Amino acid sequence: MNPDAYLAVSAMLFAIGATGVLLRRNAIVVFMCVELMLNACNLAFVSFSRLNGNLEGQTVAFFVMVVAAAEVVVGLAIIVQIFRTRRSASVDDANLLRH
Amino acid sequence: MTGEQVAFWILAPIAVLGAILMVGSKKAVHSALWLAATMISLAFLYIAQGAVFLGIVQIVVYTGAIMMLFLFVLMLVGVDASDSLVETLRGQRVAGVLLGLGLGVLMVLGLGQASLGDTAGLDAANAAAGSNLQGLAQEMFTRYVFAFEVVSVLLITAAVGAMVLTHRERLEPRPSQRELSERRFLDGPYPGPLPPPGVYARHNAVDTPALLPDGSVAEESVPLVLRVRGDARHPTPEATSEVAGELTRGEDA
Repeated sequence: MNPDAYLAVSAMLFAIGATGVLLRRNAIVVFMCVELMLNACNLAFVSFSRLNGNLEGQTVAFFVMVVAAAEVVVGLAIIVQIFRTRRSASVDDANLLRH
Repeated sequence: MTGEQVAFWILAPIAVLGAILMVGSKKAVHSALWLAATMISLAFLYIAQGAVFLGIVQIVVYTGAIMMLFLFVLMLVGVDASDSLVETLRGQRVAGVLLGLGLGVLMVLGLGQASLGDTAGLDAANAAAGSNLQGLAQEMFTRYVFAFEVVSVLLITAAVGAMVLTHRERLEPRPSQRELSERRFLDGPYPGPLPPPGVYARHNAVDTPALLPDGSVAEESVPLVLRVRGDARHPTPEATSEVAGELTRGEDA
């Protein structure tokens, strides 16, 4: 099967994830949208790996998954810490770093 | 149509629909569940493309570990913490949707313009190494072994970082049982344990308040969370007076 369809799905998922990052306020949902974008990239990697007939794309997709796992761990720890001090997980409330 | 095409046309709409609903749902838990649906269909799309190992890892790591972590933090932070619908920047929602649509259209059109050539397929690459898993292992432990080691360092650092970030020093000593007991008698109007919820023939649940001997409702018998959420049941005065009547009749007999 042609990789065009897979790449189109990947592009759509990436755009939806980017829209979610722009629209949502809840920091956890923003994180989920980032995960969706990483997954979309993985789908493109897998499709290109098959298109080119070698396994390097899949290896890179595997590394993306590992880095995503590390990112989620640290990010959620930061969100929990912000929630403990502010009692809110909204990205609008964490603005004390601005000038 | 081949089997792969059938699988694609079932799974791809589920993935895109799940992603849209994830962005659209107001409650964070619903978002998490829709994201899990998207990730599972992506896992099957990987498997359909010959990336068997990645598909399994996707299910185990993403829908298993990462989504569990998301839901755990959601429960910790409070499921009720739904998004505020107040726009702090005027026109942000419209601009965000337009930008997202533009990005999607741009990427899909760009992909449509690209000439990708014929699909080489993974059969030869897999057969050269023995299987998909063995081929990936060869890549990972020969060409990418340095990246593999760096990623393992990253994982350990992330685990230590999460522990450091969520660790809290105790500023005062833990109160002893005696101090807790004394505090309860000094502060509280009611030092004993709270009454358990009511148990009736029809509602055998913790949301039903217990009735006091005179037929009035004991509000404290319903868990605080249910009371705050407004999920506590309120028996009608007729029902309570009926129960109270039966109680007194039983005492008389």
